Amino acid sequence: MKMYDLPDDSGHFGIYGGVFVAETLIHALDELRQAYQRYRNDPEFQAELAYELKHYVGRPSPIYHAKRLSSKFGGAQILLKREDLNHTGAHKINNTVGQALLARRMGKPRVIAETGAGMHGVAAATVAARYGMECVVYMGSEDIKRQSTNVYRMKLLGASVVPVESGSKTLKDALNEAMRDWVTHVENTFYIIGSVAGPHPYPMMVRDFQSVIGREAKTQMLEMFGRQPDALIACVGGGSNAIGLFYPYIDDQNVRFIGVEAGGMGIATGKHAATLCVGKPGVLHGSRTYLMQDEKGQIQETHSISAGLDYPGVGPEHAWLKDSGRAEYVSVTDDEALQAFHDLCHLEGIIPALECAHALAYAAKIAPQMGKDKLLLVNLSGRGDKDMNTVANLSGIKF
Amino acid sequence: MSRIAATFSHLQQQRKKALIPFITAGDPEPSMTVEIMHALCNSGADIIELGVPFSDPMADGPTIQRSSERALKHGIGLKQIFELVAEFRKSNQNTPVVLMGYANPIEALGYQKFIELAEVSGVDGVLVVDYPPEESVELAKHLERHHIDPIYLLSPTTTEARIGQVANLSRGYVYYVSLKGVTGAKHLDLSDVEKKLLQIRSHTKLPVGVGFGVRDAQTAKAVAKLADAVVVGSRIVEEVENSARQEVLSRVSALVKELRQAIDQR
Repeated sequence: MKMYDLPDDSGHFGIYGGVFVAETLIHALDELRQAYQRYRNDPEFQAELAYELKHYVGRPSPIYHAKRLSSKFGGAQILLKREDLNHTGAHKINNTVGQALLARRMGKPRVIAETGAGMHGVAAATVAARYGMECVVYMGSEDIKRQSTNVYRMKLLGASVVPVESGSKTLKDALNEAMRDWVTHVENTFYIIGSVAGPHPYPMMVRDFQSVIGREAKTQMLEMFGRQPDALIACVGGGSNAIGLFYPYIDDQNVRFIGVEAGGMGIATGKHAATLCVGKPGVLHGSRTYLMQDEKGQIQETHSISAGLDYPGVGPEHAWLKDSGRAEYVSVTDDEALQAFHDLCHLEGIIPALECAHALAYAAKIAPQMGKDKLLLVNLSGRGDKDMNTVANLSGIKF
Repeated sequence: MSRIAATFSHLQQQRKKALIPFITAGDPEPSMTVEIMHALCNSGADIIELGVPFSDPMADGPTIQRSSERALKHGIGLKQIFELVAEFRKSNQNTPVVLMGYANPIEALGYQKFIELAEVSGVDGVLVVDYPPEESVELAKHLERHHIDPIYLLSPTTTEARIGQVANLSRGYVYYVSLKGVTGAKHLDLSDVEKKLLQIRSHTKLPVGVGFGVRDAQTAKAVAKLADAVVVGSRIVEEVENSARQEVLSRVSALVKELRQAIDQR
């Protein structure tokens, strides 16, 4: 059987992906592609990355068998890949460490990033401090209101946080603004994209940096259970934590991939961010992929309780995995995610981020229909500290 | 000969340079677009770049972003823009119209439908900011078959090797983005532009337009000495934004006349 080898040389996953950017950025992307090509197989680069992931990020992250949660559902065993235990509290840092090391080798003293919930912004600000680089983070002014703690964290780490007032004032607009900055300062600036989105080589590069999640899981599953899981479940906004878990399993056809999107207030209400479930292919932010858009091709505003999933696009590789049938994509509502959030708090003593609470909520749906000998590996991509205000507000509590 | 080629050849005979103003279709409201287009022509425009508004205009500065938002409030889309162009064509068969915008509205309509409607309505050229040649060879060929010029951007960061490839696919004119940045920025460097234009001209005989950062008559005049066409966008859109409705036409006309005079005066 042919091994999976996408993207192709021009950055395409079937009809998806590619390099849909203005001419000014073509050269910068060529440079980045060449640099990444050179260092992805460079032993010295890989050794430094491995060292940083171990000693700075705190990897490997453990797999935890959530026994009380599993017995509540009365079916499949639920295992959690604990990305929430990483430094800065989410999987995002796996990628920012990698890109920062690359930026240093490319001689770029300034890094920029976009952020929605603020987790990628914090991870970018963290590595910028760690390696002594200037850092500017673009964040929608709506998100700044929702995630004030993360804004303060970024500032503590020495980054400038620039509020973005255009469009819907959320993640997609922050990405537009970061692109505009990059076009303007292309010589000294490295753009650290936080998800498997954007023009080639970003979707491939971010996937590769996040793949440490799935590579570790493969080893850990064998050690703990003597076999691989029956299904992998991860939330999908842009899709970086999901790809990070899925990718190393891509040729293991008997491992199911399930990506869980934000169903918001319900698909029927139109207030959701379930791009792969109901969107249509188009071009945004440098690649062809599924998008939430109206019939005229204008990008639509999305809704999710979790700012990190509130994005009208999705990584192009997920678009390909959907069309090829290798992965399934489903959605759960805000309410279902909240229920899963509280269950994990009460039964396992773990406060998850609202993003990965979506993955937990879907595990809760399918686990009861499966035998007790089945293994579901859920990517617990981040911790929930950042969501205290959101959850408290829903319960009518103000700090 | 295409309307764009005819325009440039006519100007060359008169030893004049082209003035290409940009406006956003539907800004400040769709009912004013055709009137503004006629006013541009009457004040000295040779070609009109008509912006197709998009919700996420990545390459545009704040001025054109706001104009897109104003236009989109009226729900304008490609089909309505083609109707506006057709209406403009009823009384103007000479001035080329170039649609300038982003990929997704075209993707949503579909290539075939887009090209059919463009041809029927009298569109002469198409410039899609986020369709670099690598991603649009097929579209460019379709456009050409339907007598519409695919126009591509060149930038200060475009390598010499690439200039030839891009120019090869372009028809009508090539558009040199004079600075690293978004539309409406303020730091165009004339000596850089001069150097790059020499490089570009060694690879193509197509006319070269220069835009991004032409903010006043003086810059327009200086750019006209180097290029075949001067593109002015944000400065005109600013005039639309800052005028009361009843003054939009007169103020835009006054500005375009001033630019016309400046580039003709050499």
